[in-house]
Amino acid sequence: MTSLYLQSNNCTMEIRRDVFQAIADPTRRAILNLVAIQAMTPGTIAENFDSSRQTISKHIKILTECELLDQQQNGREIYYYINPKKIKEVADFIEPFRQMWDDRFNKLESIMKNYKPKKD
Amino acid sequence: MERKTKINAENGQQEIVITREFDLPVDLLFKAYAEPEIVEQWMGTKVVKLENKQHGGWQFETKDPNGNVVFSANGVIHDFVPNERITRTFEMDNANFAPQLEFLEFEELTEDTSRLTMQIIYKSVEHRDQQLKLPFAQGLNFAHNRLQEIVNKLK
Repeated sequence: MTSLYLQSNNCTMEIRRDVFQAIADPTRRAILNLVAIQAMTPGTIAENFDSSRQTISKHIKILTECELLDQQQNGREIYYYINPKKIKEVADFIEPFRQMWDDRFNKLESIMKNYKPKKD
Repeated sequence: MERKTKINAENGQQEIVITREFDLPVDLLFKAYAEPEIVEQWMGTKVVKLENKQHGGWQFETKDPNGNVVFSANGVIHDFVPNERITRTFEMDNANFAPQLEFLEFEELTEDTSRLTMQIIYKSVEHRDQQLKLPFAQGLNFAHNRLQEIVNKLK
């Protein structure tokens, strides 16, 4: 229970960082691209990769924990599909970078507004 | 009204373009990039070397209060035309990032306003995306507090 709690916590408390770790992996990005086309069972996803089914399951688990993938039970099969809301959040990942430059430039601007040329 | 910094980073490209308009004449904007003591204030880092000329080198370094170096970067200046452009490379020391190429263009908009366009080209799409995520990874800007202090003193 504890580990389950911690795992889900990883992806809620520090959503952004973990989502980025999730998509940093090329296989996981490939899985997202695949599932983006249509919802798939883990078996169908695994067929598209050379890696073992077990490895692919692990990737799917991480993507699900980070809410990039959602799952739906359909009879005996579980289908995975893309969570568009989360994907959008990732698409906004530039914001902190932009904010960093915006802060710097705001400072630059206020410093230069107060700038007095040196008298040599 | 605060002018916003815009970032254009298209998917699958290995470059980004940062654009910002300033309520500053272009020569003052350029000066903020050319004079080491001013660069130090807004970048929040010590300028160890800044040779503003073709084939000149530059080096920045930030230390924590205990004197440990927490950030250092260096590069070469390829082109330096006052109030117009700076072309330079940027490489972080002791980080697994390849150097990046930066084209800075300074434009006069009116007598009192100017625009900076900064085009940064990375070794690969992956490098670019990693760099964009860096502000997260490092818990935002390492020198943020120090910068804030400087600016507060100015007001």
